[in-house]
Amino acid sequence: MTVPSISITMTGSGGSGVMTAGNLLLEAAGRAGWFGMMTRSAGPQIRGGEAAAMLRLSSEPVLAHQDRYDILLGIDWKNADRFAAEIPLDADSLIVGPGEAPAIFAEAAGQQFQLDLPKIAKSVSGGRPNMVALGVAAAIVGLPEEAVAQVIDKALGRKGADAVSAGMESVRAGMEAAKALPSFNSLAVNTEAETTSQEARWNISGNEACGLGAVRGGVRFVAAYPITPATEVLEWLAPALPKLGGALVQAEDELASVTQIIGGSFGGTPSLTATSGPGLALMMESIGLAVASETPIVVIDVMRGGPSTGIPTKSEQSDLNIALYGLHGDAPHLVLAPLTIGDCVFTTQWSVVLAEKLQTAAIVLSDQALGQTRAIIPRQQDVGMVAEREVPATLDEDYQRYANTESGISPMSIPGQAGGQYCADGLAHTPTGLPSSKADDHHLQMDKRLHKLTNYEFSSHWAEIEGSDDAEVAVLTWGSSYGAASEAVAAMQAEGKKVRLIAMRLLSPAQPEKLADSLQGISKVLVVEQSHSGQFYRYLRAQYDIDAQVRSMAVPGPLAIRPSDVLKTLSEWS
Amino acid sequence: MIATTGTHLSEGGCQIMAAKDYKSGVKPVWCPGCGDYGVLLSLTKTLAELQLSPEQVSVISGIGCSSRIPAYLKTFGFHGVHGRALPLATGLKVSRPDQTVIVASGDGDGFSIGGNHFLHACRRNVNLTYIVMDNQLYGMTKGQASPTSAPDWEKGKLTPGGTGINPFHPLVVGLASGANFIARVSGTDANGAVPILKQAIEHPGFSLVHILSPCITYNRDQLEWKKQVRQAPVEATSDPAQAARRLMTDDNLNLGVLYKGNRKPYQPDLKAQVDSLEVLEEQFAV
Repeated sequence: MTVPSISITMTGSGGSGVMTAGNLLLEAAGRAGWFGMMTRSAGPQIRGGEAAAMLRLSSEPVLAHQDRYDILLGIDWKNADRFAAEIPLDADSLIVGPGEAPAIFAEAAGQQFQLDLPKIAKSVSGGRPNMVALGVAAAIVGLPEEAVAQVIDKALGRKGADAVSAGMESVRAGMEAAKALPSFNSLAVNTEAETTSQEARWNISGNEACGLGAVRGGVRFVAAYPITPATEVLEWLAPALPKLGGALVQAEDELASVTQIIGGSFGGTPSLTATSGPGLALMMESIGLAVASETPIVVIDVMRGGPSTGIPTKSEQSDLNIALYGLHGDAPHLVLAPLTIGDCVFTTQWSVVLAEKLQTAAIVLSDQALGQTRAIIPRQQDVGMVAEREVPATLDEDYQRYANTESGISPMSIPGQAGGQYCADGLAHTPTGLPSSKADDHHLQMDKRLHKLTNYEFSSHWAEIEGSDDAEVAVLTWGSSYGAASEAVAAMQAEGKKVRLIAMRLLSPAQPEKLADSLQGISKVLVVEQSHSGQFYRYLRAQYDIDAQVRSMAVPGPLAIRPSDVLKTLSEWS
Repeated sequence: MIATTGTHLSEGGCQIMAAKDYKSGVKPVWCPGCGDYGVLLSLTKTLAELQLSPEQVSVISGIGCSSRIPAYLKTFGFHGVHGRALPLATGLKVSRPDQTVIVASGDGDGFSIGGNHFLHACRRNVNLTYIVMDNQLYGMTKGQASPTSAPDWEKGKLTPGGTGINPFHPLVVGLASGANFIARVSGTDANGAVPILKQAIEHPGFSLVHILSPCITYNRDQLEWKKQVRQAPVEATSDPAQAARRLMTDDNLNLGVLYKGNRKPYQPDLKAQVDSLEVLEEQFAV
C-alpha cells in the first residue's frame, strides 16, 4: 500500500553519522521527486553523543512534522530514550534496530524488528552503519537505488572512488537486509513532481533561506558573532557576500556586531546581523540607537529555549516579549516572523526592504525549528523587492536630516554626499540632528518615528489567512507555529468543519484594523504559540480589541506543537 | 552600494579649506579650560592641512565629554552609544573604504566599557584613526575614577580613598593587541598635535593617538600637565619589541610618534564577482 507521507526517525550515538544519513535520505527523496523535511535533535555534546534525525517525506510540500512516526530506525539505542518525548510512536509504528529497543519505545510501537546495522556494515569492506541505515530507510519508503547513488556520489565523491563504492555497498546491504522486514507502507510516487525539473525544487534550511532573503533584499554588509542556532545564517552569508561585492566581518561580540551594522548602514549599505536570545539581549541598547538615529538595520533572532542559556539546540517562540518591548524609552520598530522555511526567504527580504524604507530597526523572529530544519520545498521565486532608501537628490544649506515630513520618513544623506553632512545621534535631537533636551523637539521626533510606522501601508503580507470565509472559529498564530496550525485547519476543513487560520508575519507595528477585518464573523479565537507564559496571547490582549471569545494554547518548547494538539484543543472547545 | 560623487575640493583647485570651514558652529558643552577645546582645534587644523572635503570625513564617537566632538564638526558624524564607537566605525570603514574615518573617545568610553572593542580594533587593524582624550576620570557623570586614574586619586566619588588599583596602560595594551601606529599628543598644544594627527590619519591601518586632555573641573592637578609634558627623546621605532620596552617604562608624558608598524590593514575586497544571485541559488536545486 502507498501513502502520501511517511515519517521516519534515525537515531544513533557517538558519531554514528545519523545526521549525514538523514540528510542523504532527504536529498535522495528530493532527487526522486518527493518533498519533505528533516529536523535535527541532539544532546549538548559538541560532536558525538546521542542524535536523532527526524524526517517526514511526502509526495506534496509539507509544513510541519506529523503527530507520530511510522518508523524508528536505530543504529544503536544508547541514550535514545532521551528523545522519547520528541518521537511519538503508536500501534502502527515499526521499530528497526539491533537488539531490544528501549522499553519506552518498544511498549508504544506495534512492531519491532531486530536488525543489527553495525554488524551488517562489518560485512562490507569500508562499510558504515549509517550508510546501511540509509539503505534500510530507502528500501522501506521505496526510494529508487539510482536516487541514493546520485547523492552518495555527490557526498562522498571527493573522498575517492573507494569511499563511494563502500558507501553504495553499505546502502545495498541495507536494502537487501530490509527485504526481511515485515511489509510496510511505501511512499506514493509523485508523478507531477517527476515531470518537473530538479531546479523547480530546493533543498534548503530555514537559516540558509534567511541568508538568501537578506541578499535578495539588498544586504551587502553583515557583522557576525556565532551563536546556536543562528550560526548557519551567517555561515551561508560569509562566502556569498564577497561574490556580490559585499562583506561579512566576524565581530568580537554581539555588542560589536550590532554596532558594526549600524556603521555599515550609516555608510549607505543595507546591513544585517543574526543572533539568538542571549545575543539579542546584548544588542538591545544599540537597536535603540538604530531607532533613535533612524539608521536602518535588520537583526535576525533565531529563537531557542530561554531564559538565559536555556536550550540552545531546541526551539521556542519565547523571544516575542523582548523583541517587542526590550528597548528602553519609546522606541517604535519593526518585528516580523517567517511562517515556514520557504517563507524565511520572503520575510527576511521584506524586512530588509521595510527597514530601509522606514529607516528603523527590524527584528526578524525565526526559530530553531525553522532555522535548523532542512526541507525539500518548491523553489522560492524572487519577488523582486530590493531595498530602496530615500536619499536626498539635491542638497542645500537648509538640509535637515530629521525633517518632519508628512510620511515621517526624512531623506537620509550618506557620507560622501557634499552638503549632506549631519551628526547622527542617539541623544534626543532637533530636525537638523543637534542634541536637544527641549520637550518640543523630543515630542516632534517621537511622533515622527511612530507615525512613519503607523502611517505605512503594510499590504496583505502582514499575515497569511486560510480556511473558510464563513467560519465562526479561528486559529490565530504567528511564526513557525503556522505549520502545525495550518495542517490542523486543513484536516478540519477536509472533514467539512469550517475554520479560519490567521498567521501573523508582522508583529510590530500592530495592525488592529487588518486583524478586525480578518476576524469578520468569528465568535471563537484560539491563540496558538510556543511559549510558557502566553506571550503572543498577552500581546494580542494589549494591542487588539478582539470581539470574540479568546482562548490561549501556549505550549513551551522544546517539543514542537503538533497538528493533533491544535485539533484536540479546537474540538474540546467547539 | 550607493554611489557617491564627492571629491577632494583641493583636487578641483576651486577652493582651499581653512580650519574654520570644518567647524559646525555648535557651541560645545565643555567646561572652561577643558582640554577637548584644543583637540577640536587641532582636528580642524589637521583636516585643513590634509584638505579633505568635509563630506569625505566621518567622525564617530561613543558617550562622554570627548564623544561630543562630532557635532562640533562639519563632517559626517555619529554620536552613538557608550563604548561602541570602534565597532560602528569598523562597519562604516569596511563597507565604505573611500571615507576617512576618525574615531573619538575618552578613557572611560574607550578603555572601560569599550575595552574589548579596543583590543579587537587594534588586532583587526582596519584603516581608522582612534583619538582618545584621556583625562583620567569620568567628567560627564561628574567625577568618578576611570581605568587610567592614579590608584591614590581620592576625589573619585565612587572610590573614596582612591581606587587602589593600578591604571590601565593603553599604549602598551594597544601595541600588544596590534595597533599599527601609536602616538601621544597634548590637548593643550593644538599646533603641536597637528603634524602627529596628520601622520596618524595618513598611516595605513589602525592608528592610536593618546591625547592628554586635562579636566581641571574635577582634577585641578592636571593643570600641571602643560608644564610636565616633553617631546619623546627618541625617534619612532617600527620594531614592536623596542617599542614595547619603551612603552613599558613610559611615564605618560612623552609626546610624539612612538611606534609606526607596517602591518597590512584589514579591508575586504568589495568588487563583485557575479552580477546575479542565480549562482548562489544553484546550490539549492535538489
